[in-house]
Amino acid sequence: MTDHSEIDSVTGRATTGHEWDGIKELNTPLPRWWVICFYLTIVWAVAYWVVYPAWPLISSNTTGLFGYSSRADVAVELANLEKIRGDKMAALGTASLADIEKDPALLALARAKGKTVFGDNCAPCHGSGAAGAKGFPNLNDDDWLWGGTLDQIMQTIQFGARSGHAKTHEGQMLAFGKDGVLKPEEIVTVANYVRSLSGLSTRKGYDAAKGEKIFVDNCVACHGDGGKGNQELGAPNLTDKIWLYGSDEAVLIETIGNGRAGVMPAWEGRLDPATIKAMAVYVHSLGGGK
Amino acid sequence: MNKTVNPKDLTPVDDNGPLYAARKKVYPQSVSGTFRRIKWGLMAFCLGVYYFLPFVRWNRGLGAPSQAVLIDLPNSRFYFFFIELWPQEVYYFTGLLIVAAVALFLMNSVGGRIWCGYLCPQTVWTDLFYAVERLVEGDRRERMRKDKSAGTLTIKRASEIGLKHAIWLMIAWWTGGAWVLYFNDAPTLVKELLTFQAPMIAYSWIGILTATTYVLAGYMREQVCTYMCPWPRIQAALTDEWALNVTYRYDRGEKRTSVKKAAELRALGEQVGDCVDCYQCVAVCPTGIDIRNGPQLECIQCGLCIDACDNVMTKIGRPKRLIGYDNDINIHRRQEGKPPVYRIVRARTVVYSAIIAAVGGIMIYTLATRSLLDVNVLHDRNPVAVKLSDGSIRNAYTVRLLNKSGYDRVIAIDADGPVNSTIHVVGVDSVTPDRPMIVVPRDSTSELRLLVTAPADNNPEKSIPVHFHVTDIGLGEVASTTDNFVAP
Repeated sequence: MTDHSEIDSVTGRATTGHEWDGIKELNTPLPRWWVICFYLTIVWAVAYWVVYPAWPLISSNTTGLFGYSSRADVAVELANLEKIRGDKMAALGTASLADIEKDPALLALARAKGKTVFGDNCAPCHGSGAAGAKGFPNLNDDDWLWGGTLDQIMQTIQFGARSGHAKTHEGQMLAFGKDGVLKPEEIVTVANYVRSLSGLSTRKGYDAAKGEKIFVDNCVACHGDGGKGNQELGAPNLTDKIWLYGSDEAVLIETIGNGRAGVMPAWEGRLDPATIKAMAVYVHSLGGGK
Repeated sequence: MNKTVNPKDLTPVDDNGPLYAARKKVYPQSVSGTFRRIKWGLMAFCLGVYYFLPFVRWNRGLGAPSQAVLIDLPNSRFYFFFIELWPQEVYYFTGLLIVAAVALFLMNSVGGRIWCGYLCPQTVWTDLFYAVERLVEGDRRERMRKDKSAGTLTIKRASEIGLKHAIWLMIAWWTGGAWVLYFNDAPTLVKELLTFQAPMIAYSWIGILTATTYVLAGYMREQVCTYMCPWPRIQAALTDEWALNVTYRYDRGEKRTSVKKAAELRALGEQVGDCVDCYQCVAVCPTGIDIRNGPQLECIQCGLCIDACDNVMTKIGRPKRLIGYDNDINIHRRQEGKPPVYRIVRARTVVYSAIIAAVGGIMIYTLATRSLLDVNVLHDRNPVAVKLSDGSIRNAYTVRLLNKSGYDRVIAIDADGPVNSTIHVVGVDSVTPDRPMIVVPRDSTSELRLLVTAPADNNPEKSIPVHFHVTDIGLGEVASTTDNFVAP
């Protein structure tokens, strides 16, 4: 390539040799220090590739001379954290649930730990303040499907409900309509009967005696006499003011017709025993615990 | 006879010169006299307080730190003899800073830069470092001669320099060492430091303060006062014509000539000054200035030139205090043959004293009457209210009890929510169900979860206030706060 650069007569500086419509460009190279820094960064990058994990391979990546991995770093930090918390968490692990709640220091620890773990694991369904949502129970109130004592709460967290775990809570609301057990008009009648149990208004012209008969024939097996519920089976109390899916006639018709079977996952194996304990204490201390 | 004399003309400033001036090394000469004695005394006092205060003990009872002055960062407490402050009481430090600032103003309007000349750590440590330098390397002339022949380094000279820096570093190390003692139990920490078992942070801070002391007092010296410190500028704006400053009394000093010539001229009845141009005031000055040029930014007003000049005046049989604490008003009055007037009580000194008294009074009053029992309440936000199975409404609160006293307290909690409401504290099975009681250990906080439940037939329509009262059932001390009860 021919070098067309020349010395500009006005400034006395060299040009780049490019010319556009008679306009020539002065050659203003990057400062030397800048260029040196630039090359240094390239050298740095190459060194970095060699020393640290850098390039993706087909199923893994280059590990680098130091064998560094951020995952291993996290593991070390977590292990250190465990070491720091070791004594306290061990105390949490050995104390009984009732004792934890009686000891102010352990209670504070369990509540703090429980709150964090709850936020990470339970909040997606139950809400960050455990206020629940439709189909997901509010854990602040005193209405419990599977029991609200410390042990019962812990059992529910450990094994879940309809979670597939061997020890899980079984039992579900059957689909009386879909399975053809009750006819649509019978469902409407019994829905109104259920509403009357907790003092809610009923549809005009509804036959209370018929409703009671349908209820006794089909529902008391799980929900008990008078619809007081059965925590062994997770059958809710139908006489109180709290409704998991809602108390409208339409919602009740849907519930009776199609059944309900919400799932609570089992946390045993995913969380360590001390953490599950802390969570049980936390949930119990929200205010509704028995 | 009393013809007006003016101070020597100053050299005009060269406006076209460079803005940078290289430092001229200062070799202050040793001097003895009243102000030097005062300075030795104050140095001993200040350093004594700084180095030994952490070792002073103060009995606060079992389990509490027994150090009189302690900044306990891990437990966020500040102890000062009988006072214990919590982080939320940090505003006392604001008061302290106001008092300190105004006290500085007051000093300035009474006697100039008293702080700079006698009490400022920069002055005290620099003075100490100069004393070491003098002890090891000799006085002004010797040091100047040795510095000039720095090219030829003999073993003796090298060992001298080595010794000086060793002593400097030791003092600097002690400075950092004393600093960390304010943050931990001093005797324990000293033991740990000596056996290399102290926390890393302690060694780091000792290192940092060793470095700053060594550099600031050993090398930067008067440059800190001249270039880094804002106070010379501020004090120049705060001073007035009555403030006493270290002053060359030019009414007595001009014109300058030798002792012999002065005597001859005086015999002829001519105006001649007491100043014999011996430059002793310049030789002893730790900032290397000539006080005869009048008040200057660089002058820290340490009074050493007064001592130097007094010694010379005594020798030549002239009255002392050719340089002294004075002001321009009195110089002019003497020139007019009037007696000097000293006015300490002026509007500004009165106002400054009043501010100090007021802020100090408020601090003492609030400190003496502050409550040692306190309660904070935080309403649950999520959920705000909970409906229970029987239709009643429950609100939950986080209650924080603060027991700032040195003994455990039994605290009863009352909350007057909606009519017929009940209260319950999680984890507390109280004998008196409506008045939960808990023990709050000395010098600590307890956080409780408190539930207020309003029965179904008494659900409030809207938010109503709830007053929380916590009572020390032993002493009857009460603290209160208010929050709200909310219906869903």
